Amino acid sequence: MLHIPRWQTVIIALIVLAGALFAAPNLFSEKRLQSFPDWVPNKQINLGLDLQGGSHLLLEVKAEESMTQYLQGVVEEVRRNLRQERIGYRALGITDGAVTFELRDPGKAGGARKALQNVGDDLKLEIADGEGALQLTDQARRERVSSTVQQSIEVIRRRIDQTGVREPTIQRQGERRIIVQLPGINNPERMKDILGKTAKLTFHLVRQDVNPSGDVPPSAKVLPAAETGPNGEPARRYVVEKRVMVSGENLTDAQPSFQQGQPVVSFNFNSVGGSRFAEATKENVGEPFAIVLDDEVISAPVIREPILGGQGMISGDFTTEEANDLALLLRAGALPAPLRILQERTVGPSMGADSVEAGEIASVVALVAVMAFAAAIYGFFGLLACLGLLVNLVLIMGGLSLLQATLTLPGIAGIVLTLGMAVDANVLIFERIREEAQNFRGPVSAVDAGYRRAMTTILDANITTLIAALLLYYFGSGPVRGFAVTLSIGVITSMFTAIMLTRSLVALWLRHRRPQALPI
Amino acid sequence: MALIRNVPVAPALNLIDKRRWTLALAAVLVVVSLGTFGAFGLNLGVDFRGGIVIQAETAQETTVAGMRERLAELNLGDTNIQQFGEANTVLIRVQEQAGGQEAQNEAIQRVKEHLRPQVTTYERTEFVGPKVGEELKQAGMMATGLALLAMAAYIWFRFEWQFAVAGLAALLHDVITTLGFFSITQLEFNLGTVAAVLTIAGYSINDTVVVFDRVREVVRKYKRKPMPELLNIGVNSTITRTLLTSVTTLLALIALAVFGGAVIRSFTWALIWGVLIGTFSSIGVAVPMLLQLRLSPSTLVTEDDETARQQAEAAGKSP
Repeated sequence: MLHIPRWQTVIIALIVLAGALFAAPNLFSEKRLQSFPDWVPNKQINLGLDLQGGSHLLLEVKAEESMTQYLQGVVEEVRRNLRQERIGYRALGITDGAVTFELRDPGKAGGARKALQNVGDDLKLEIADGEGALQLTDQARRERVSSTVQQSIEVIRRRIDQTGVREPTIQRQGERRIIVQLPGINNPERMKDILGKTAKLTFHLVRQDVNPSGDVPPSAKVLPAAETGPNGEPARRYVVEKRVMVSGENLTDAQPSFQQGQPVVSFNFNSVGGSRFAEATKENVGEPFAIVLDDEVISAPVIREPILGGQGMISGDFTTEEANDLALLLRAGALPAPLRILQERTVGPSMGADSVEAGEIASVVALVAVMAFAAAIYGFFGLLACLGLLVNLVLIMGGLSLLQATLTLPGIAGIVLTLGMAVDANVLIFERIREEAQNFRGPVSAVDAGYRRAMTTILDANITTLIAALLLYYFGSGPVRGFAVTLSIGVITSMFTAIMLTRSLVALWLRHRRPQALPI
Repeated sequence: MALIRNVPVAPALNLIDKRRWTLALAAVLVVVSLGTFGAFGLNLGVDFRGGIVIQAETAQETTVAGMRERLAELNLGDTNIQQFGEANTVLIRVQEQAGGQEAQNEAIQRVKEHLRPQVTTYERTEFVGPKVGEELKQAGMMATGLALLAMAAYIWFRFEWQFAVAGLAALLHDVITTLGFFSITQLEFNLGTVAAVLTIAGYSINDTVVVFDRVREVVRKYKRKPMPELLNIGVNSTITRTLLTSVTTLLALIALAVFGGAVIRSFTWALIWGVLIGTFSSIGVAVPMLLQLRLSPSTLVTEDDETARQQAEAAGKSP
């Protein structure tokens, strides 16, 4: 066992060397690294947001709302088709995610079925006892949710790109969640505002003949003004046509600008939008129209003359920043469904830097304390363990850089903990060697037996720790995962250093010095 | 030069005779922990409870009491400000606001604007919705439960069922007393603490496995000796290692507690507690439990006789 084949020594040396090579980039600044040739490992450890500062947001897409929108279209379709076929119905509406209605004459079920068969391929029609229901098939529902989330990710990406945040991460998680990581931002509130807005822009004609608090005809609806009065309530309410004149989908560009010293947003329509807008304004000169964003009326200017150029302007009570953000939102497009922020974690850059520093100090102090203790207790063998510990640290750094795992603050704690526990494998072996030496074995045989007997214990003990670390990784999230990663890497590297590295060093020492007694 | 020469290889402590004391102590610890847990509960962090946490660095002349008064002006329901780590750092907690996402965002903004005169920088903002909090809680419990079972299963696979049960008992003892520790100290119990609990479990079982391994070896070697004596040999011949490892781990953890910053302090304290309790439980709970479960040399020897004999032969042959 003490005779270690040459190939094994070579492999051990190679692993240590590779660890050092992969860990090395962390010693240089990013600028220096770029000047190195390509074949040199140049990946640094990936710092988590809690160490480099930034925002982590967990968003949920309210996909039901886009589903409801779709079903509202289906309701209109059903209304039209049934009317066309002169089939009487009542109570047409949406209940529990399905379009439902009742037939006035239950005997006309066959006719209704025929009239509605072309409403949608992905809809399932059921009519029984005069009650009808149109429901999305499960697969269609899933596909719709999936594409809504996918579109949301696209829009989020465009919005974030527009704000100029560097290296954002946008990931889908589960069925309808999205993780957004924004390193190094210093105004999370603005980002949340930008991401949280659906930014659905529509233009409607205003009905001046109807009182907002009176009876509103079915073709119109009441919307609040975005502007709020002193008590936080909307300043006024408008009655607008439900029919959309033009919507934000027909915009090609939007830019913030100024008019008479007031920040405004100017925009261009595409050809479809431009001609629709031209037509609508031609017919309604002298009437006001409402510019509606997310069901709030931003402003309701009066059409003075037909707007034919395909260009327009939104004025409201904007600050410069609000005008900027609105232009950005219009350029990036509307979200297919509203988003909800489920979780936020923001760490300022200075605190991140403080944490890194605290982690470094703690690691160094821990390293020195543990090494001093090991050397004091075990003497020469303790020094070997110290060497193993240093190599261990280098290997953890190398492993983290190579795997591009994210190092978090709990991750640093994991490294420090590993430093304490890494000595354990060595202690196990040394204690065993001590014991064997007491049983009047010669140095070589004592060392040999010590390593061999301690081996199964080391394996069993470390595998149980690994089990805990793996489950932690699987169930944990964010920073805790970082802890599981460093703990796992640390357990593996500490087994390597104790079983392979220090053992070869001890073997080497025994072969060259041939001691009569062990200094232990 | 090596101090270890002054330490006997296998001290002759008669720990097994005192097993009634250690088991009784463990039982008391568990009962007290369950009692305090029931009475005081845990000081759940924002991860599990949902709500808003803002960490801020304050201006020189600001007092926590002054900030509390100002925060109360906002009428945000259950709020709390306390000093966090250094003298000029505070942690502001605000309960989850009614009214969905906009309300949370608005509350965060209002707090930040309102306290602006007393604060130099806002360093950390966390918000967790109640749904996510509930999910994180469940994931935490799931991870802990599964980890305990997986470790017990591994021991069962490598040893005998008595070892698995004894190991599991020690693990439960560690987890429950850690919960007790958190309910007495009212340190914040958050996601990091769950990580700490799992690490404690891993550390404790690590200790336990080392002792078990030696017990198995000793039992095979001296089949005829009475069980209590065998267990004593097993514990005594590993106790130096157990204590030394605890010391090195504690050294590292104390460094972390002193220099690692306030954010991970409760995490570090949990680990320190865990190392102490885990060391105790492997010697004071796991090994005595073996005796209570009537582990006898025959269980270990008959089945594994062959392997044991082979091992003994191999040991004799080596140079």
